[in-house]
Amino acid sequence: MKVFILKRLLGVLPVVFGITLLVFGFLHLIPGDPAIVLAGERATPEQVAALKAQLGLDRPLIVQYLVFLGNLVQLNLGHSLISGVPIATELQTRYPATFELAIAAMLVALLLGIPAGIFAALHKNRWLDHLLMSGSLLGVSLPVYWLGLMFIYIFAVALNWLPPSGRMSVDLGLTFRPITGFYGLDALLQLNFPAFGDIVAHLILPAFTLGTIPLAILARITRSAMLEALTQDYIRTAQAKGVPAVWVVCRHAFKNALLPISTITGLQFGTLLGGAILTETIFAWPGIGAWIYQGILERDYPVVQGGVVFVAIAFVLVNILVDLTYALIDPRVQYK
Amino acid sequence: MNELLSPSVRQQPWFRFWRSPAGLVGSGLTVALILLAVLAPMVHPYDAASDRDYLARLSSPSLAHWFGTDALGRDVLTLVWYGIRTSLLISLVSVGVGGSVGVGLGLVAGYVRGWAETLINWFTDILLAFPSILLAIAIVTVTGPSTQSAMLAIAVVQIPIYIRLTRSMVLSLREQEFVQAAQAIGATTVHILWRHILPAGLAPILVQASLSIGTATLEAAGLGFLGLGAQPPTPELGTMLSDAFKGGYALSSPWTIAFPGLLITLMVLAFNLLGDGLRDGFDPRSR
Repeated sequence: MKVFILKRLLGVLPVVFGITLLVFGFLHLIPGDPAIVLAGERATPEQVAALKAQLGLDRPLIVQYLVFLGNLVQLNLGHSLISGVPIATELQTRYPATFELAIAAMLVALLLGIPAGIFAALHKNRWLDHLLMSGSLLGVSLPVYWLGLMFIYIFAVALNWLPPSGRMSVDLGLTFRPITGFYGLDALLQLNFPAFGDIVAHLILPAFTLGTIPLAILARITRSAMLEALTQDYIRTAQAKGVPAVWVVCRHAFKNALLPISTITGLQFGTLLGGAILTETIFAWPGIGAWIYQGILERDYPVVQGGVVFVAIAFVLVNILVDLTYALIDPRVQYK
Repeated sequence: MNELLSPSVRQQPWFRFWRSPAGLVGSGLTVALILLAVLAPMVHPYDAASDRDYLARLSSPSLAHWFGTDALGRDVLTLVWYGIRTSLLISLVSVGVGGSVGVGLGLVAGYVRGWAETLINWFTDILLAFPSILLAIAIVTVTGPSTQSAMLAIAVVQIPIYIRLTRSMVLSLREQEFVQAAQAIGATTVHILWRHILPAGLAPILVQASLSIGTATLEAAGLGFLGLGAQPPTPELGTMLSDAFKGGYALSSPWTIAFPGLLITLMVLAFNLLGDGLRDGFDPRSR
């Protein structure tokens, strides 16, 4: 097991190296000089040159890349050109918001998508199957940014049931003291139930917006995995032995259908981190996605560089974690 | 009626495609959308760029403006109509370019093997390590926001998907007897790839292409929503949503977001259904 983990982590190194190379290359090809952006249009050429020297932008690209790599290993990702705040500090402050949203969206997808897929498989080619699969097809076709806006219009503006944006109400936010940065968890740790309710209310619309596509995909994957499992001999044997239907579905069929479901869950979790850019922008959610978008608008290279590298590496690591869970889910999987 | 047809006819991929409800609805919707896009300059009710009714800004749907007007007094129906044209153009070109490059690299990786395969696999792994919208954003940041940039960015996002698909297909086909026969009579690598392997593995590529047009439409509109896609005055569905969102009138004048969003959904749905239908017909085992 340890050897497998080590091999898997070593195998990721070339990909991580490629990610850093690609991101560094991209951002140094961008038209427009960051030193001019930072110094302002009225700065003299001497001031721009001095700023370039100060930021190290006058050095050869290969040197800049090696410095970037060296700093990355030490988790020193530089400073925002606009605010001056260290990128690592900003990432530390913002990642709980993005992960909290991604986890909530994944919960929505798992809690609704898996039962929908199971019911569809159990009612194959009947009206419930057609209804659920049509719904899932519609789900994968919906643009999340539009869905978010429609949710805000319907549930926040027209019905006034839920808050339209932010992580918590301003009045509660004044007295709330975060511990881990995961607001829901922090409120529970402090036994602050009014704040917890408020945080959950703020989380519902963005979580459903972000979770819709994974929900639809999971429903489809669960259906096909369950259909495959339900045709196996051991299911017939269990039925012949008189095992209750619920037990056959949950204990025998679903357990064997879990492998493809967990693979897709891992891939979708990574996609959620990327999809958060659009959702966070709509819901004014103070996470990494909205921060990267702001960085793009302001040509704040270190912000975009740090944010993109963080999300891509998190994506890779989540998929390794999923690989490692295979043996827990299916004992037939051997790590060699 | 179908029972009268011989079993060999019923086994034909196109027969299976037309018998599939998804294929039928998907192709109908796709043809309708393509017709709308082609006919836009001929039968549109207003001019998307120049017709502005400043006195009727943000007016709700009426007989004069079926889908209402936006903040500049432009007819939303006309903008949506032209938007379909722009979105279709971006998705078709990007899938065409990305698919071609990906299939080419996949053929090389699967058939030539060796260091070329290692390098292509490494490149694929890196591209797949980025969530697709993030990669597209990174590319548009370099090239600057425009319709062409959006096409390029979405094309690059498509490349690894086709590399993986084609490579796996080639790995199984290269061991088949018809390929070995071609090798035995001295056919060149290019000839074998182009005339033997590619036609034999075209069905899953076509299915993927149809599904990719759907995701490309979503990504194109996503870039437009972030202000990184087609630039004004070119009407684009994502840009329309972005204008309404940033202009602060999305919620007070919901028709400015409802119709563009519905059309994006309809376009994606059409290509997803078409892809499902093609899969039913040409690649039924993968269902």
